[in-house]
Amino acid sequence: MDIATPIPAFGPLAPDLQLDAQGRLRHLLTIEGLSRALLMELLDTAASFAGVNEKAVKKVPLLRGKTVLNLFFEASTRTRTTFELAAKRLSADVLNINIGTSSAVKGESLLDTLRNLEAMQVDMFVVRHAESGAAHFIARHVAPHVSVLNAGDGRHAHPTQALLDVFTIRRHKPDFSSLCVAIVGDILHSRVARSQIHALNILGTGEVRVVAPRSLLPASVECLGVRVFEDIRQGLKDADVIITLRLQRERMDSGLLPSEQEFYQHWGLSAERLALAKPDCMVMHPGPVNRGVEIDSCVADGPQSVILEQVTNGIAVRMAVMSLIMGSMAGGEA
Amino acid sequence: MTNPPVFDVPALLEQMSRALATRIKSYPTPPAMVGIHTGGVWVAQHLHQRLGLDKPLGLLDIAFYRDDFSHMGLHPQVRPSQLPFEVDDQHLILVDDVLYSGRTIRAALNELFDYGRPASVTLAVLVARDGRELPIEAQVVGTQIQLLDSQHIKLRGPAPLRLELLSTNLAAD
Repeated sequence: MDIATPIPAFGPLAPDLQLDAQGRLRHLLTIEGLSRALLMELLDTAASFAGVNEKAVKKVPLLRGKTVLNLFFEASTRTRTTFELAAKRLSADVLNINIGTSSAVKGESLLDTLRNLEAMQVDMFVVRHAESGAAHFIARHVAPHVSVLNAGDGRHAHPTQALLDVFTIRRHKPDFSSLCVAIVGDILHSRVARSQIHALNILGTGEVRVVAPRSLLPASVECLGVRVFEDIRQGLKDADVIITLRLQRERMDSGLLPSEQEFYQHWGLSAERLALAKPDCMVMHPGPVNRGVEIDSCVADGPQSVILEQVTNGIAVRMAVMSLIMGSMAGGEA
Repeated sequence: MTNPPVFDVPALLEQMSRALATRIKSYPTPPAMVGIHTGGVWVAQHLHQRLGLDKPLGLLDIAFYRDDFSHMGLHPQVRPSQLPFEVDDQHLILVDDVLYSGRTIRAALNELFDYGRPASVTLAVLVARDGRELPIEAQVVGTQIQLLDSQHIKLRGPAPLRLELLSTNLAAD
């Protein structure tokens, strides 16, 4: 299967599904196909919300009376918590529903779940699911008043993570055209990497690299608009930003890798390897961090790391996405 | 058609700063000033300079506090609010360009109180026109005017500041 363009169990991924007739966000399912102007609008709005998170009362009344439902079919701490905080800081009511991971939870049973939740007058579903295409499937079938926000579907997309990553990069290095960004590690299983690559390319990033062993690269990864490096030293050389990815052991079929220790030896981000990049290179990681597997503790906690800033920025970025979607729903006479 | 009124903005600002200077004398502690984006910030910048206030000017964008979000959606350009001083126990001068329905000031007060509990808030506006929909009035006013429902007054700037009278069909810019 061509993993760069997954053909999920839930059917085709219609790119236009997430935009309304005026080109505004109706759902957020993937970064792919979004315009540069829309990405910039999201990032600028997020910058405004960053101020809210520094106030004494970290709350604005924008989504008062709206109900956001976190529908998580797969484990998550950071993403679910920051979505919950984002919704609460917008004064929305938030429900969290964790549905145990099960490959049987799809098709008819998922639709049944959906109908029941819609009947509770919910305005937005934030969906995480282990199957690629789950958020699209839900967006295709929800009632017209409900918006869907993809919080990660299988290997396909994790759009808000990519947005918070480019938001974090932009705060430190605003000119994307001059940047070299190296994404290192388990690209194959990473929906985060796919969304990051789309976002970085839409924003006109000078060079986007993927640095990984062939066994952890999707078959046609070059089609996404990246340079592939199978040598970590070359891949990190003169990078402005390094994004390390979590080694996703739970998604791995056996045989892709010998051991975690060996992965670290060949692909882990150590202080010595970080020195190959530019002196002011930013170190990023979407979390959760496997210390001593894809990144050394001293790098993860070091002065070049913005890993915790990414978490903080995730709240403002998710507030921006939610309010822009709810805003276009509100103003949508068409 | 009658001739449109001509506003001497520098003279109005001078008059406002004199009125504010008198009020400030009665404050036990020096006040801080907050301008509401965008026109209010322009007016506040002038007043802040004329009064020689120590604390840096605060900026407020009330987009997240508007009462028409559920009809209009989010304002396309929201600038971050910045209040570079403690709001708790602070005497505040809130500045806007035009006071009309009072809804902007309602939103601004709500936002200010999310930063803290000010000792007092004084409202200063360049123009107070008729048409209030809320029990809100300014303590310091550059000029009071009466307009038809179809007329709007708009501050153009930042330099020079100029008040423009528009009728509704022209106001949609």
